[in-house]
Amino acid sequence: MQHDNLVEIEDVAFGYGARQVLKGINLTAKRGQVIAIMGSSGCGKTTLLRLIGGQVKPGQGTVRVAGESVGELDPASLYRLRRKMGMLFQFGALFTDMSVFDNVAFQLREHTDLPEDAIRDLVLMKLHAVGLRGAAQLMPAELSGGMARRVALARAIALEPMLVMYDEPFAGLDPISLGVTGNLIRRLTDTLGLTSLVVTHDVQESLKIVDYVYFVSEGVIVAEGSADDIRASDLPFVHQFVHGEADGPVPFHYPAPSYAVDLRLGG
Amino acid sequence: MLKRSIENLGNRTIQGVWRIGFAARFFLTMLLHSGTAFRRFGLTVREMYFTGVLSLIIILVSGLFVGMVLGLQGYETLQTYGSEEALGVLVALSLVRELGPVVAALLFASRAGSAITAEIGLMKATEQLSAMEMMAVDPIARVVAPRFWAGVISMPLLAALFSAMGIFGGYLVGVQLIGVDEGSFWSQMQSAVDFEQDILNGVIKSVVFGVAITTIALFEGYDAPPTAEGVSGATTRTVVTSSLAVLALDFVLTAFMFRGIN
Repeated sequence: MQHDNLVEIEDVAFGYGARQVLKGINLTAKRGQVIAIMGSSGCGKTTLLRLIGGQVKPGQGTVRVAGESVGELDPASLYRLRRKMGMLFQFGALFTDMSVFDNVAFQLREHTDLPEDAIRDLVLMKLHAVGLRGAAQLMPAELSGGMARRVALARAIALEPMLVMYDEPFAGLDPISLGVTGNLIRRLTDTLGLTSLVVTHDVQESLKIVDYVYFVSEGVIVAEGSADDIRASDLPFVHQFVHGEADGPVPFHYPAPSYAVDLRLGG
Repeated sequence: MLKRSIENLGNRTIQGVWRIGFAARFFLTMLLHSGTAFRRFGLTVREMYFTGVLSLIIILVSGLFVGMVLGLQGYETLQTYGSEEALGVLVALSLVRELGPVVAALLFASRAGSAITAEIGLMKATEQLSAMEMMAVDPIARVVAPRFWAGVISMPLLAALFSAMGIFGGYLVGVQLIGVDEGSFWSQMQSAVDFEQDILNGVIKSVVFGVAITTIALFEGYDAPPTAEGVSGATTRTVVTSSLAVLALDFVLTAFMFRGIN
């Protein structure tokens, strides 16, 4: 094993324009593990994935994947590195002008010289792994949200990547699809020897499958630990998050002037 | 109040200039990444089907009607001077010099340009372009450049078909309906239309229009905010901007090409 840690993020800060989203994040992902990154909506979790994928460059600090600093790679090396990464977008981001089969075959056709017979076998194997071999000829518009996500997962693992990133894989799924997706992430990670980074705010579902959890709030890591550590944590933020309480360190109200002043009561 | 409006004006100007710069960089990147569009010409051919072949009906029907109207109006005017036989010349020159390239380009902008913008804009809004990037496939090379070259190749072909249909329409009305002499209709046209001055210049125009329309359409789509309003606004801007660009470019090109022709 070259590096024990597949992803190493050191003191990374990043902002869109004047708005600072991440303010000094430290995070590592060990090979073969499922890591969850949790936090409230808009706290910069997705930005973190974009940094790892090299779609944006950090303003400060380094992001290393397999020992290579992603922010400093030239485009050719970055593309080479990305072939070893898979990413599952929030709503699948399937190519709507291609069938399920062609979606999964996309990377194999773009990046390899495999004959069409071999591609067919590989695609059917990947689709079988996510339980959708029978849906190979459907178009993305004919799939349910959960199925689209599974096709996207099959597409993400088509080239047998070392790292798969999931952006909100549980958002908007019914309980059955939720369980199916969670189990798939765990099972594929174990059988293919992947490392999985799951960005989510679905606490209960993800705590069932992850090895380690990072909590992001206000651009920094506020808590980390194994699933059991997190469940037992008495940090106010983590407690509020895990138990889904409306008010706490994360306020219910968006910052506003005093209620009385806004309603023009009194002097 | 005054200060704010000046600030607003400045802001808009800066944004406008910035967008033009971005568009220029986009255009250059697209040209630099055009290798794939030719190495895997199948990709470009597929897009030619969507932009070119599917525009055929509107182009052919419009061409026919424009030609028929030219036949009627031309006859009306020429008859006053007793030179109806020159109808063929009038129809052919109007079409190959001006109406063919310009009207075909305007139709192309609203038929294919808007479709390109909406498609690219939605691909961006649904993260398909991002997904492609993360799969180590450059969306400029794989998605944008083939559409560009498909448009550039289709445009002159469509303009030529438009002119051909128009001449046929003029023939139908002038010769078959009104009864202009068929022999002089064709022979005068043949002797008056110059290959280099008329046809080639028309082709050059339509290539330039093709470049302008597809670049604007692709850029607007690529730059569209990833929302429903964003994509609809971008589609509208594509049609408006590229129509204006076609008319302005037409004036400039005509001024250069037909200097000194009597």
